[in-house]
Amino acid sequence: MSGDDTILLAHGGGGQLTAELIEGVILPALGDAGGQEPACLADAAVLDPGAWCGGAAARLAMTTDTYVVQPLEFPGGDIGTLAVCGTVNDLAVAGATPRAMSMGLVLEEGLEISLLRRVLESAGRVAVEAGVRVVTGDTKVVERGALNGVMINTAAVGEVSPRADLGFGRIGAGDAVVLSGPLGEHGLAVMCRRKGLGLAGHLASDCAAIHGLTADLIEALGSDVHFMRDPTRGGLAATLVEIAAATGRDIQVRQQAIPVAPAALAAAEMLGLDLLTIANEGKLVAVVSAEAAENAVAILARHAIARRAVVIGQAGATADVPIVEMLTAAGGRRVVQMPYGEDLPRIC
Amino acid sequence: MTSLATLRAAIDEQGRRLAAAGRPRVQLMEICGTHTVAISRGGLRDLLPDGLRLVSGPGCPVCVTASGYLDRAMHLAARADVVIATYGDMVRVPGRSGSLEQARSAGAAVEVVYAAHEAVALARRTPGKQVVFLAIGFETTAPATALALQQARREGVDNFSILGAHKRVVPAMKALLGLPDVPIDGFLCPGHVSVIIGWRAYRPIAAAFGRPCVVAGFDDVQILAGIGEILRQLADAAPAACSVYPAVAADGNVRARQAIDEVFDVTDATWRALGCIGASGLDLKGEYADFDAVRRFDLPAMVDYDPPGCRCGDVICGRCLPADCELFGRSCTPRRPVGPCMVSSEGSCAAYFKYHWRPRPKASP
Repeated sequence: MSGDDTILLAHGGGGQLTAELIEGVILPALGDAGGQEPACLADAAVLDPGAWCGGAAARLAMTTDTYVVQPLEFPGGDIGTLAVCGTVNDLAVAGATPRAMSMGLVLEEGLEISLLRRVLESAGRVAVEAGVRVVTGDTKVVERGALNGVMINTAAVGEVSPRADLGFGRIGAGDAVVLSGPLGEHGLAVMCRRKGLGLAGHLASDCAAIHGLTADLIEALGSDVHFMRDPTRGGLAATLVEIAAATGRDIQVRQQAIPVAPAALAAAEMLGLDLLTIANEGKLVAVVSAEAAENAVAILARHAIARRAVVIGQAGATADVPIVEMLTAAGGRRVVQMPYGEDLPRIC
Repeated sequence: MTSLATLRAAIDEQGRRLAAAGRPRVQLMEICGTHTVAISRGGLRDLLPDGLRLVSGPGCPVCVTASGYLDRAMHLAARADVVIATYGDMVRVPGRSGSLEQARSAGAAVEVVYAAHEAVALARRTPGKQVVFLAIGFETTAPATALALQQARREGVDNFSILGAHKRVVPAMKALLGLPDVPIDGFLCPGHVSVIIGWRAYRPIAAAFGRPCVVAGFDDVQILAGIGEILRQLADAAPAACSVYPAVAADGNVRARQAIDEVFDVTDATWRALGCIGASGLDLKGEYADFDAVRRFDLPAMVDYDPPGCRCGDVICGRCLPADCELFGRSCTPRRPVGPCMVSSEGSCAAYFKYHWRPRPKASP
């Protein structure tokens, strides 16, 4: 963090700066309270309550997240759907079935109650669909201008499937990287709506709970599923680079294989953005054994939100400095890097 | 649609013709940041024959803006009564006193806008503050600035002004051809700019300098088609201005150019590294002078300089490739950029780094 004395907006972008903030400031400051495992402060932590009480108990996963999206309502969802889906998804990719969640609301003085009602009704609907109950909550109101309408903080616990055996360490050479569908719809839908760009008509957020996808994969494939992640901030690029960095393995992906939503592609091209680095809120990246790849795709494709699931690449050999490389549609090669913060639209 | 394979075969064929005619080495320049990014993102250099080299020209709006401009913007950002409205690419460019991003974090009012009219709307929403729009970019963004100024004048939005640094592309291309150490055999001309100025605007260059000027769009097919057409013209010794991009008309967008002419006069302008180029800039006409931030505020003098060791100036002239700079990938990265070409999403260094920088040598395919 040297040279940066204040928080930049880019520290929240899910890229390099976010990682530096967590590793350089947050974890050292929390010290021993930060947990014993290197993966602590990951999107979800797996806990072993059996160890606390000396008996046998299911493993639990725990997650927390805070939602500050602007605008509060956007094509395909709102801050309520986002809060529940995001929380559920963080548990889902840890191999857990979401059971209970908390919801802390911070509201701005002057917020329309009708709007609050709409986003909470969305949250409730998604929670019921996902089988998770909102068991505790908190409400605070801050002065006008202290925040933009609504901020939602959640925490949740889920029950980890006994069949789940997930982690970076389980990824091996030849493992297949499976993606559940086209990229960038959430980030672009929000950006277009936020900026009043006339593209939004055809573009909707992919915001969805993916616990059904992850549960089916684990149920059917068990330990052949090696790792799962929902590629939110930083997009697929951040997820792949993180996998490469954590496993020390090169990753190869084929651009031609990556499904594309035409409206998102058009918006990304117009704004000069790379679909690989844009946020998704209803997608799954799963790393599975090569033998299970075809099956994994078939299982995912049974779900409406993953009809276009596909193998996009594979994990390679270990390397001192691992690289994520993409074979482009044109037949050339490029590297895929962790975005700095949030990519900014181009000028011309 | 012509297939990529067909286009590659055509490029190879023209490359062989040129080699047979005694021109085994050809250097083409793209002068559009979006092309630079698209070429890197598509890995298109891997598809070109040996001897054909692409260099980037002054096509990134942030990169061609002289350093003194940012110092002026920082000076404005430090004022409590000023809100800076800027395209996002500008916020991370480091100047002598830091970047607008750092200024914002320290409390300065810096708003990212996507279009000039948003800055006018911001001014209307923010009475009591002076909103200064950082009006940079080529003929692509100049019409939007012109329309925004017309709107501000019509509606009497008197807390709006611009810090103007719009640039015109064709005079810069002529200036580049005058550089003794930058061989350029042909230009891949910008798609967006050409939508405004039209492909005929490049005729004087093709005629007077004998260099093909081909406008192309931004997908792989368009770019390879444009390169193929340049090579064909070179092999036929028939340099011309033309377009393979259907969106570009011969005379461009007449209405947009009118808007520019209504608000701006053509003037000399200072470019990073290229210095002052005649008739390459746009200055507000007398009736819009009140909207000129330079008149409204007391600003430091404009100077141009590159940070020590930084070769952004050479990069945007095509004098070297990003990796030829000692700082590239070492002390200059997107995380800690030294020069503007590493900051802007359209900058050559950022594109080369993002899509091609490898911490270890490339393995064979």
